Order: sequence, then C-alpha cells, then structure tokens
Amino acid sequence: MTDKRGNDLALSGVNHWFGPTQALDGVSLRIDPGEMVALLGPSGCGKTTLLQIIAGFLQPTEGEVLLDGGRVDHIPANRRRVGMVFQNYALFPHLSVFENVAYGLRARKMPGAAIKAKVAEMLALVKMGHLADRLPSQLSGGQQQRVALARALAIEPGIVLLDEPFSALDKNLRLDMQIEIKGLLKGYGVTSIIVTHDQEEALSMADRIVVMNRGRIEQVGTPDILYDRPATLFVNQFIGHANFLQAALVAPRRVKLEAGIEIDLAEPAPQPVGSAVLVSIRPENIAISGTSAGPTIPVKVRITMPLGAADVIEAVTPNGETVKIHKTRSPASKPIASGTALALSVVDPTGIGIFAAPAGDPASTLHGP
Amino acid sequence: MRMRSEAMTGMLPAMPLAVLFLFSFVVPLLVLIFLSLFRTPQFTEMGFDQYARFVGDGYNLKVLFDTLLLGVEVALIALVLAYPLGLAYVAAPPLGRTIITFLILLPLLTSSVVRTFAWIVILGREGIVNSAMLAFGLWDQPARLLYTWGGMVLALAQIQLPLMALPIINSLMRIDGNLTRAAEGLGASRFRILFTVILPLTLPGAIAGWLLVFAAAVTAFITQTLVGGGRIILMPLYIYQQAMGVQEWPFSAALSLIFTVAVIGIVAAVGAVSRRYMRGVDAA
Ligand SMILES: Nc1ncnc2c1ncn2[C@@H]1O[C@H](COP(=O)(O)OP(=O)(O)O)[C@@H](O)[C@H]1O
Ligand SMILES: [Mg+2]
Repeated sequence: MTDKRGNDLALSGVNHWFGPTQALDGVSLRIDPGEMVALLGPSGCGKTTLLQIIAGFLQPTEGEVLLDGGRVDHIPANRRRVGMVFQNYALFPHLSVFENVAYGLRARKMPGAAIKAKVAEMLALVKMGHLADRLPSQLSGGQQQRVALARALAIEPGIVLLDEPFSALDKNLRLDMQIEIKGLLKGYGVTSIIVTHDQEEALSMADRIVVMNRGRIEQVGTPDILYDRPATLFVNQFIGHANFLQAALVAPRRVKLEAGIEIDLAEPAPQPVGSAVLVSIRPENIAISGTSAGPTIPVKVRITMPLGAADVIEAVTPNGETVKIHKTRSPASKPIASGTALALSVVDPTGIGIFAAPAGDPASTLHGP
Repeated sequence: MRMRSEAMTGMLPAMPLAVLFLFSFVVPLLVLIFLSLFRTPQFTEMGFDQYARFVGDGYNLKVLFDTLLLGVEVALIALVLAYPLGLAYVAAPPLGRTIITFLILLPLLTSSVVRTFAWIVILGREGIVNSAMLAFGLWDQPARLLYTWGGMVLALAQIQLPLMALPIINSLMRIDGNLTRAAEGLGASRFRILFTVILPLTLPGAIAGWLLVFAAAVTAFITQTLVGGGRIILMPLYIYQQAMGVQEWPFSAALSLIFTVAVIGIVAAVGAVSRRYMRGVDAA
C-alpha cells in the first residue's frame, strides 16, 4: 500500500452562478496528492457549491476542474471516482451498514466475493465491522459518520470531500472524531478537502487552509501563516481573535494609534503615508506593563473573564475603543477588578497587522468571531 | 372529578364526528349483519343460509374474484402511470409543478359521472380513439373499446390516478437530495438510482396510493356500470341487482359483508407484507 493513492486537484478560474446570484467568483487552487485541505469560511460563502463542482453534482458556469491533470468538469459525477461525505451523512436509510458500504461496489459490478472482502476491510478500517447488519437509524451520529466515510473510501477514490462532517456531532465527540478521521485519511494517503465554518476545526485538521469569503478565495496557507500573516482584514478577523485599533500611518514604518501611542512596525506598510489604517494586535501580543518604560496605552478594565488557563480582560481605551488582553493565570494571582487602570504595551511588533480602514464605521463591522 | 370533567370537555369537539361515524357506519353495518342472517327474502327465519348460498355457487365467487382482480389491475396501471408523473413533477421548475398539480387535481374537481361520460366519448364506437385510428388508416373498422374489460380498467385507472399520484409525489418530495447525489457519486447510473434508492424510499407512498386506488376501483359503481355497460357484472352492480332488482335483501346484505371483508382482508394483507419490506423507511 505504498503506491500513490491521492489525486492532485487543480481548479482554475471557476465561476458559478445560481441565476442572478454569484456563488463562486474566480476560484483557482492547487491541491497536492495526499494533502488535507480545509475550506474555511462563513455560511453562504460558496463552500458547498465548490465541493459539488469538484464532485460533479454541479457544472461550473465557467472554469476548469482538473484531477491528476485531466479535465473532469464535463464528466458526470458517477464517472469521477470522487468520494463524498455529506453534512447529514446521507446514508441510505433502507439499507444495512454492509449494503451502504457495498453500494458503490455493486454499482461498479464488482463480483460478490470481492464486495464482501472489500466491505469487511472498510468496516474494519472504521471499526464498524460488528455493526454491519444494523440500519443507519440504529446508529449514533459518530457511527453513522464512520459508515459514511467507509462508503466513500470503498470505491478507492483519489480524493475525498467532506462537507461540514462534524457539525452534527456534540462537542466532545467532535474532537475524537476529528482526530480519528484525520488519522484515517492521512494513513490512507488519499487527498481530502474538509469544508468547515469552524476555524478551530480547520486549524487542527488541515495541512493547508483555504479561507473563502463571498465566493472568493481570500488566502491559502498553513495554519501558522494564516494566523501570523493574514493577507486580508477578513482573514485576520476570521482566524483567531484580534483587536482592531484605528490609527493613521505617519511614516512607512510608523503608525499613530488614536488610543494615544505611536508604534514602530517591523516592515513598511503598503498603504500610503497619511492614510487611515486599522491596526490588528492579537490579545496575546499585548502586555500589561505597569510602570514600564516605552509607550503605553492607558486603559480602564471593564470586565475580567476567567476562562481556564487565562483571564480574558476587556478594557477601554481613552478614545472609547475596546481591547481584549490575555493574562496567564497563576494560583496566587487575583482577578483584576473592573475599573482598574492599566498601561498596555505591544510585545512583538512583527505580530502586528496593518490594513486599510474600510469605509463606514469600523467598530460596528469589525468585531467578528 | 375535575380531571375527568376536563377530559370530557376535551373530547367535546370530536362528538359530532363520533355521532356521524356511529350513524353512517356502525348502525348500517349492524343492520346489514342483521339482514344477512335471514333465511329468506320474506324475513321469516334466521340462519346462515345466505352465506352458504354464496359459497355454494361458483358464479358468486367469480364475481367477487373479478371485482378484486379489477382493483388489482387498476391499481397497478395507476401505479405505473403515477411514477413518471411524480418524477416529472419533482424534476420540473415551479411553473411546471403548478401545471402538473393542476392536471392531477382536475379530475378530483369534476364529478365521477362527468369523468365517466368523458371516457364514454373517448372509447365509444364513434369516439375519439376510433375516429383517430380510422382517420389515420391504422384500423380499417372501429374496434369495440367501450363495454370491454380493458376499457373499464383504463378509465378507472385514469379516474383514480390522483389517489395514486398525490401520495407518490409526497414521498418523492421527502427524499433527501443528498441521497441521490451520494448514489451518483458512488458511481450509480440514473437507472440504478431509480431502482435502488428512489423506488424503495417511495414504497410507503406507492403502497398508500395502491390501497386507495384499489379500494376506490372495486367500489366504483358508476364507472364500472357505465363504462362496463352493465355487461360486466361486478360486486357493486351485483349487490344493486340483488337488492333493487330482485328484492333479495338478505342475500345482498350477505354479499355486501363478504365484499367488505374481502377488501379489508386484501388491504390488511398488502399492508402487512409491505411493512416487512420497508425496513428503515419511515411510513408516509
Ligand atoms: N441551488 C441553489 N440555488 C440558488 N442559490 C443557491 C443554491 N445553492 C446555493 N446557493 C447560494 O449560493 C451561495 C453559496 O452557497 P453554499 O455553497 O451553500 O455556501 P456554504 O456551503 O459556504 O454555506 C449562497 O448565497 C446560497 O444562497
Ligand atoms: Mg454548506
């Protein structure tokens, strides 16, 4: 089983329209064989549409889909050898677990003995061999998901697509299944695309993440790159938490925050000097400095939330902006009371993001997830 | 006491229906049973003679068998007609769906007498089918379509089609689109998807429709009699003749009860058998 199993996938200039609505706008992407990629984006951004185009359930209005270098966008879904795990699993309710997994093999007219062996192998892979005679309605959510995966893998696809596969599971089971399915797909060597709107899921499972917004790809990168070097304001907002402070670019490498201080940047900002910008600072990149030297922002604590390992402190700047700070907890430390005055400083200027200020009131549009 | 009176008040809205059911179903049924237990049309002595008479004469059994056979045939033809209609409905855009709904419901909006006469016009010696076939030179003389078994089956199947089409469409609409997509993605052809996914999942609707059409067809006195032209004797006409024609009230009461039991028996048997094949499919 050392042969290359996974296909490489290339999308080029894919546009899709549903009547007057554009669901996909110029999507181009390359995925390597055996790679595990997450499609991450808010609901309605076109993730399912893109999966259905790759699987062949939809024909793109424009653009090309290539598997292992060959165009497949005019090949119907039943001749593509793409495995799909649906959001609701879509197990055939009238067929047993065995028959569900055998479905694609029967469609391929595999002989009976070979079907038996293959189904047994697949059910063993997902640890469901003992429940082969059950109906889907007699299984738990996690078990149904395993059967759906076994069914998709049984046809030996070069690529497996999973549409929000964990959204129907409760939180504890979700983490277990994420670990299990990641191990399974990686071990199997198949290329896979996991659709999700949950950033933690994308960060924990994928080799690379494709962040989508309104039918477009915002950025493609490893979890580290997306977190540390978000290309757009949207990505910065969508991945992890960030504070967005209004500022003006006073020199190519220097911003003046409306909250008071000036900060030197690690690299020159692309925006013209003098323009209004938003400065993104992650909560863990802010330190409470007490009486330290250097520029600090004076703030007043509004509320402290003890969230396990860290306290999350929400404070207000003199110009009324809200800032979130992470403060590591120790058994000795006491939570900081509301109304306490603090001085904040930036820990590492390389972790600062600079974005052109969007038109309109940023404060109301920018406090994302 | 308080609970009890509340329960009684809760039942109150159902009372008119219960009274209606009592007087339109239970009472006539008891009367029928009572009537059937007289030995003679003069209502003199009581006994099971009417039932013995039914079983003793092969003609009676043949009429019952023909009637049930008619129901089976009509329901099967309606089933075969309703699936393409239902599949066309689900595949159609909104306007197409409206048109198909209208076409399906249209027969329900006209009386069965009118619909039956429409079939007489279509199937008659100078009717549409014969005229067309003669005009195109396909037939050299008019065929007898009216007053035939085949004509009657066809007319009944069309007239009862809504009873079949509506439950099937309901079942088809409830199929999750991801199931057919999953099948397609696993390599199944349209044909295979139809037989392995769509038909099994619409089985509850098909059976409901089949039973409705069966029950409606075997009891369709007007259509059977008019399209059959009185030449084909089936249970409804037979019962009518025995009661109104020759005044054999006890015998016609026995016929009615036997017919009712036979129909209920078939409905129950089909229901029981089909439930065994509906593992995992929730009944519509
Ligand atoms: N069958 C359809 N007909 C019309 N519009 C659709 C259809 N499917 C999706 N859309 C629209 O396309 C956009 C993208 O949808 P989708 O791909 O389902 O998003 P996601 O999976 O990211 O939530 C949405 O605006 C949605 O309303
Ligand atoms: Mg979706």
